[in-house]
Amino acid sequence: MLLSARKLCRSFGENQVLFDVDLDLQAGEVHALLGENGAGKSTLVKILAGYLRPTAGEVWVDGRQRHYRSSGEAEADGVVMIHQELALAEQLSVEENIFLGRELRRGMFLDRRAMRQQSREALAELETDVDPRARVKDLSTSDQQMVEIAKAITRDVRVLIMDEPTATLTENEVKVLFALIDRLRKRGVAILYISHKLLEIEQIADRVTVLRDGHLVDSGSMAGRSKEELARLMVGREITEMYPPRTQLPVDAPVVLEARDMVVPGAVKQASFTLRRGEVLGFGGIVGAGRTALLEAMLGLRGKSAGQVLRNGQPVVLRHLRDAVHQRIAYLTEDRKGKGLVLNMDLRSNVTLLNLRAHCHPLIDRRREEQAFQQAIQRFDIRLRTAARTAAELSGGNQQKLLLAKVMSIDPEIVIINEPTRGIDVGTKHQVYHFIHELTEAGCSVILISSEMGELIGLSHRVAVMCAGVLTRVLEGEQINEHEIMQYASGIKGAGIDEQRYG
Amino acid sequence: MSSVMANNKTTDKAANKMTKQKGFAIDLKTWGPFVALVALALLGVLINPAFLGLDNLSNMLTRSAFIGIIAIGATFVITAGGLDLSVGAMAAFIAGVMIILMNSLVEQFGAGLTTVLLGVGASLLLGLCAGFINGMVTTKGKIEAFIVTLGTMGIYRSLVTYLADGGTLTLDWAVRDIYRPVYYGSFLGITIPVWVFLAVAIIGYILLNYTRFGRYCFAIGSNEKVAEYSAIHVDRIKTMTYMLQGVCVALATIIYVPRLGSASGATGVLWELEAIAAVIIGGTMLKGGHGRIWGTVVGAIMLTMIGNILNLTDAISNYLNGTVQGIIIIVAVYLQRASWRKSAP
Repeated sequence: MLLSARKLCRSFGENQVLFDVDLDLQAGEVHALLGENGAGKSTLVKILAGYLRPTAGEVWVDGRQRHYRSSGEAEADGVVMIHQELALAEQLSVEENIFLGRELRRGMFLDRRAMRQQSREALAELETDVDPRARVKDLSTSDQQMVEIAKAITRDVRVLIMDEPTATLTENEVKVLFALIDRLRKRGVAILYISHKLLEIEQIADRVTVLRDGHLVDSGSMAGRSKEELARLMVGREITEMYPPRTQLPVDAPVVLEARDMVVPGAVKQASFTLRRGEVLGFGGIVGAGRTALLEAMLGLRGKSAGQVLRNGQPVVLRHLRDAVHQRIAYLTEDRKGKGLVLNMDLRSNVTLLNLRAHCHPLIDRRREEQAFQQAIQRFDIRLRTAARTAAELSGGNQQKLLLAKVMSIDPEIVIINEPTRGIDVGTKHQVYHFIHELTEAGCSVILISSEMGELIGLSHRVAVMCAGVLTRVLEGEQINEHEIMQYASGIKGAGIDEQRYG
Repeated sequence: MSSVMANNKTTDKAANKMTKQKGFAIDLKTWGPFVALVALALLGVLINPAFLGLDNLSNMLTRSAFIGIIAIGATFVITAGGLDLSVGAMAAFIAGVMIILMNSLVEQFGAGLTTVLLGVGASLLLGLCAGFINGMVTTKGKIEAFIVTLGTMGIYRSLVTYLADGGTLTLDWAVRDIYRPVYYGSFLGITIPVWVFLAVAIIGYILLNYTRFGRYCFAIGSNEKVAEYSAIHVDRIKTMTYMLQGVCVALATIIYVPRLGSASGATGVLWELEAIAAVIIGGTMLKGGHGRIWGTVVGAIMLTMIGNILNLTDAISNYLNGTVQGIIIIVAVYLQRASWRKSAP
């Protein structure tokens, strides 16, 4: 046994988040760690990688008991963790990052050539064309992820812990990553793999451990287990219908929002679409196709160089998100932590921040604000079991619900939702889907940007597909399927794409 | 819509636990500066009982009013993630312009109330404009506040030197007689500067904690992107903090001018650092997102109190005032960070 944990417990203050958890990792296996948000997965792996110390319990590596006081000590044993939130020095180059803290030297000076050489080899192994001299700041998120992985494999890694590695990767990059995981496994590396995507787990995991509310629920071989069974173990209840039925649209449902010939410099070359009352309009396409840019430009969050926005058939000018709010359009950003929530602010202020004027006459009425917050907790089922004071202390799923509560505070008629289920667990996803359904039942319209095919297909009335800044096609009815969406998203289908892209 | 999402019974219990813990943590942080102030005052009494004399206390509070008023403005700027280094030079510049204006108005209106009021009005207007410039250049020009206000600091400082032709601008004696009570007068036994200080502090407290403007300052200082995505006019709010700062500087100048009746290139030197120090001692975070008005008030009083105590004792030379202040600033921030660390999980 390469690494074993015995009866690990961990508390934060009075609040225990991990209860007597056992885990065994063998050389050459991919071990999936499953659990809802807040189940204690991150705490567990942080203990294994030396970032946290257990309140009780033991960690054994190579048959010797270890008491890591820092991540550096764990890394010296070959236990390396790749973070969910990338931890790279943005202003440094790729190679400088890969060797950060353990620079190769010749005498007093840095041995740049050796470092570059080794960085190149590591990146080549990942089949990525990232330049070792590029600045990390200038890389896409997925390339940054590759740098993180390269950083891990240049160390003599024996246990590799990956926390949601595919959350920001494109489909192709996921393939490359899986191939790499396979090679590492053959080399005898033990991989502890955290993900919410059960499909992925099914593909690559040899064994699986499931946590729920800090307790070990099940652990064993993947063979003979279905996704459905795993989902049930994680959530603790049966999830029957993942996607609620679509709201029936009347034939004459009016158009509530329309975009005409939108152009956003550097991102969108040509896009027009309509949104009808009670409709879910999906937006598909690969990362960087211009979906976020298009909708943010419509809302006044980015500059556009041409195009017109019509609300209920009337042209409107939205220069600032406040104008969009006045038009009762709400926007749920995909970047919860960077753009959605003030992490070091208390929860109540976060919920009321967007619609604070409703609680001002003219001074802020703290009591009314608190009432609104309590209502939001109820309505969106925000779970405060961690006694969180600030938004940063909430789990990902609860943060998403808090953000949902915040944008819904303006009582919108149109809700634009960007990647609503990124990095959140099955149970919360299910709640989000049903929430979208409730919105459309109540006569609201929803624009859903998502990279998850299942979500787009399961929820949308129509799916608009974008490719390289061009809205190539709006698919309807029978056309909405994975194959068709991919064809338009990758530019295989769609008339005149090439002209528009290169013209 | 609540059918699906509301099925949780533990919420209330958890919420109660949360408020209990919250109350405790905030107490520690909020009262820290006050505890330090009381300790310092006790030290003062021990060193010299004259410290508690009414005259001494009144004198000390009056002196702390300048820095205090400026520091309250700085609390907004810093809370919203900005910084204003130009306040000392701005005060000198406003004082200079005010004196020149009032001296020239004497011919037209005589040395009366009109002249003083016009001077005061011009001062406020000037402060507002100076703040507006700082704010606009920072937000629209997308230049760091440190650099912009370093620039305007140099500009105002040299302008007042230029206006005074390298010497000193002196207020007309007759005007000074009328204007004198603004610094030396008192109401209900408390001097006018202290009243102004108190009024600015109360207004500042309400503005920061009970208005949208204040809440937006916190949000912007914590994360500008989030503020933008919360439909907040970030540039507008930030500019407003600098304008508020300008008005505070003008108010401080208005009560400062009758004290000496003059202005020169040496007026208000290092005030910006004292103001920032008062803000930081009070528990506001320099990187923004967290600000406290009463902490700032206490910080400003503490800084003056240190000088006052050193005046009353022979044990430490008066020339070491800056040393003691420096140590207190560093210790205060160290203690705050330590309590932060404890309360974080």
